[in-house]
Amino acid sequence: MSTLEVSPVEPLSGQSNHSVINDFSIQVATVNGSGSQTANTVLMRSIFQMGIPVSGKNMFPSNIAGLPTWFTIRASKHGYIGRRKEIDFLIAMNPETAREDVMKLDGGAAVVYDAPLKLNELRSDLHFYPVPFDKLVAPVCPDAKLRKLVRNMIYDGIVAWLLSIEMDEIHKALVKQFGKRKAKAAELNWGAAKAGFDYAAQTFTKTDPYRVERMNETAGKIIIDGNSACALGAMFAGVTVVTWYPITPSSSLVESLIGYMKRFRNDPETGKATFAIVQAEDELASIGMALGGGWAGARSMTATAGPGISLMSEFIGLGYYAEIPTVVYDVERVGPSTGLPTRTAQGDIISTALLSHGDTKHPLFFPCSAEECFSMSIEAFEFAELFQTPVFVMTDLDLGMNNWMADPFTYPEKPIKRGKVLSAEDLGQLGGFARYKDVDGDGIGYRTLPGTNHPNASYFTRGSGHNEKAQYTEREDDYINNMERLAHKFEVMRKHVPEPVIKIADNAKIGFVAVGTSDYAVRESCDQLKSEYDIDASYLRLKAYPFTEHLKDFIRHHDRVYVVDQNRDAQLLGLMRLEFEAELIAKLRSLRYFGGLPLDARTVTDEIIRQEGQ
Amino acid sequence: MSIAPPPPKKVNRIGLEVLNYKGSKTTLCAGCGHNSISERIVECFYELGVEPYKVAKFSGIGCSSKSPAYFLGLSHGFNAVHGRMPSIATGAMLANRQLMGLGVTGDGDTASIGIGQFMHLVRRNVPMIYIIEDNGVYGLTKGQFSATADLDSVLKTGTRNDLPPFDCCALALKWGATFVARSFSGDKRQLQAILKTAISHNGLSVIDVVSPCVTFNDHDGSTKSYSYMKDHEYMLHELDYVPHFEDITVEIPEGSFMDVEMHDGSHLRIRKLERDYDPTDRMAALAVLEHALAKHEVLTGVLYVNTNKPTFLELLNLGEEPIATLPESKVRPAKAVLDQVMEELR
Repeated sequence: MSTLEVSPVEPLSGQSNHSVINDFSIQVATVNGSGSQTANTVLMRSIFQMGIPVSGKNMFPSNIAGLPTWFTIRASKHGYIGRRKEIDFLIAMNPETAREDVMKLDGGAAVVYDAPLKLNELRSDLHFYPVPFDKLVAPVCPDAKLRKLVRNMIYDGIVAWLLSIEMDEIHKALVKQFGKRKAKAAELNWGAAKAGFDYAAQTFTKTDPYRVERMNETAGKIIIDGNSACALGAMFAGVTVVTWYPITPSSSLVESLIGYMKRFRNDPETGKATFAIVQAEDELASIGMALGGGWAGARSMTATAGPGISLMSEFIGLGYYAEIPTVVYDVERVGPSTGLPTRTAQGDIISTALLSHGDTKHPLFFPCSAEECFSMSIEAFEFAELFQTPVFVMTDLDLGMNNWMADPFTYPEKPIKRGKVLSAEDLGQLGGFARYKDVDGDGIGYRTLPGTNHPNASYFTRGSGHNEKAQYTEREDDYINNMERLAHKFEVMRKHVPEPVIKIADNAKIGFVAVGTSDYAVRESCDQLKSEYDIDASYLRLKAYPFTEHLKDFIRHHDRVYVVDQNRDAQLLGLMRLEFEAELIAKLRSLRYFGGLPLDARTVTDEIIRQEGQ
Repeated sequence: MSIAPPPPKKVNRIGLEVLNYKGSKTTLCAGCGHNSISERIVECFYELGVEPYKVAKFSGIGCSSKSPAYFLGLSHGFNAVHGRMPSIATGAMLANRQLMGLGVTGDGDTASIGIGQFMHLVRRNVPMIYIIEDNGVYGLTKGQFSATADLDSVLKTGTRNDLPPFDCCALALKWGATFVARSFSGDKRQLQAILKTAISHNGLSVIDVVSPCVTFNDHDGSTKSYSYMKDHEYMLHELDYVPHFEDITVEIPEGSFMDVEMHDGSHLRIRKLERDYDPTDRMAALAVLEHALAKHEVLTGVLYVNTNKPTFLELLNLGEEPIATLPESKVRPAKAVLDQVMEELR
């Protein structure tokens, strides 16, 4: 990537003699709170509607208004929807960052900018398109107060002309964005987009090579953010008790869920809610309520991010030890401490896997896409009740808060199973039960729910030492037996967690292991390694912890295995170190990125080449 | 010689013996006020014929929080983490609103580590009973001050408390509990009436019971000792409880009294003692507590009762059936719903 010292430069002259079609990235640099989100979403959606695979990523500050924010849209005919490091097309709306944004570009990139910024004076190796935004917005938006918000829509029109995006699609996306109820706002914005388009058509000569061409790769697909996909998954999993405390980047998960539940989960016959959603006073209370709900038989959940996970630590130990099902969504952001609240990371892997004091370990699910946010949510609720334990669904800010192209979700086929719960009738037949007795050899005891009408139904739940009958004990053998049973239960989980996705490349000596959103960069990097360096690489994408046997086999099968971590301390690799034998550990290499942006393929490829010594 | 038939077992109105309301043997110190409270719980639930399986017991951490093991053995119990029983109880009550929640906690558990969750439980008016076994010290860690210890009270070690106390009743009154009472573990009659009223109440009942710690806080200089209570307890009124299954007109007392009808049709009958006191007046309740504090009086009785305020579960528009166990048809929307949402996202 170029730096601030760009010299010598080759000045551009005349029109581009080649075209780059459906393979570029646009970066929009704005100030947050300026309403740019609408313009950016419309731009992304209109490319999507033209059948071109697209992704959009918002890089925003932890602030409400006035600080720099960047939105990148990537169009990729190959279907790569991870972040692309290189920016081909810059829309520079923020005077504060404009200079640096321009200086960072590779030669040959295009820049649409607010004319008074005079960015064209900075470099001679870029394609510049100055736009007098204030002049253009005034006639289309008579209300001066609204101009700040409408102004951004002008660049949608400019870019539509420059990239050959069909204006009909811009209009369609606008209508979709504003809905029927805000038709007036849609009309106002449409006027601005048209003004931009007309200005560009009358003023510019296109000199850059980038443009779109209609494809048919998005038919039938949806656009959704990962948090909403998780929310839908939870609703169709039959969640009944939802507790939360607002925290970026997880807030929109529950907010989206509130919207869906109000629409679809009130009993049509009685009008009564079939769910309770409670905004708790803090994360200590939200996990407490989720556990209380799980204990009383509800499918319960909470959603949070790293700081909330830290706060929940004590209660999660209780959930583990007293064996209470619940689902915790961790939409990871950059830590430690407050960290970078609006940047993405996978930095909670070790702390969450081993959350709480004493010997504790917890199953983690790692969805990588909107489809998996939906399907693995349903699996997580099932798993929590099957194993009577808290389950963590680990997503991140990139997956949770950004919009993703996805296939429509598949309706769950299997009926809901509630795990080993004894009814009053069961107790009548059995005569009684011992809550923590391993009757079936899988480490999972039978439980009863409070309210079960049988004299033998009750038991006493506690976080203190307990025997098979849930009675208080400090006896050495009782304690050891119980802890061994819990360890055995965890081993049984290995056979029931979602299995990894494995792609073995013929003759590959190296392999990747990754989780979650690292997937996009790793898959693209595999292609780069092959096409640019003729290196074959296999790839195993983990979907869960505890690891299944597949992982060990995969490591045995390769000479070197690169474990991709979006954190400083190679946490995913660290978890493997905890349980693997030395010869497997010796094959593991670490590939880490922790800058807070979504991982990109070039970073992965460059690092592999460096470590492979080529 | 003939053998006399055994006397019929004494049972309550649902056919259960008092034994069915007991728990395991207490491990608290002999003479501990908490044991008296456990006995009152057993008596009240037995006498009112509450179905034990409908009760869910909750506690935090501390001596008081151990006690749910010592009563209502046929009820599910949950001994949670320190200070955070309210959130566990709230979650369980959301899941199954048919449960009768019975929380037992201490002054450390509630007024120190748990003050936040306590206040939010109060604010939500979660329908459950919340008993604070208040002895002013941490018993289980051997006698440190809690946040309800009175200013200038003295520990066994001679340490003087130089911070003012939290009054859990005042806090509960101020922020939304709908039944607030204070009692003394040594006053069997009053505590029974208060407990029974709480059982009949639809809303959060906060009952602060002064419950002396015989091991660490029953000495001269303590304001939570048996002898201090003997000299400083001031009863607001005399209380009688008339259950809904008994005729209220049978025993009309002499003198001035008022009846408060509770949610289940039972009545709290309040007989006037020295002063006029209207327990439906929240401002008056806060005022008498302030005055009592200044005069070093421990006011006992029903400080406040409000039978009209909606509970948290009502605000959430929950139906009568527990949401925890609703059938799949009620909690998993049909495929058409998913199709509709997918269409909207295209």
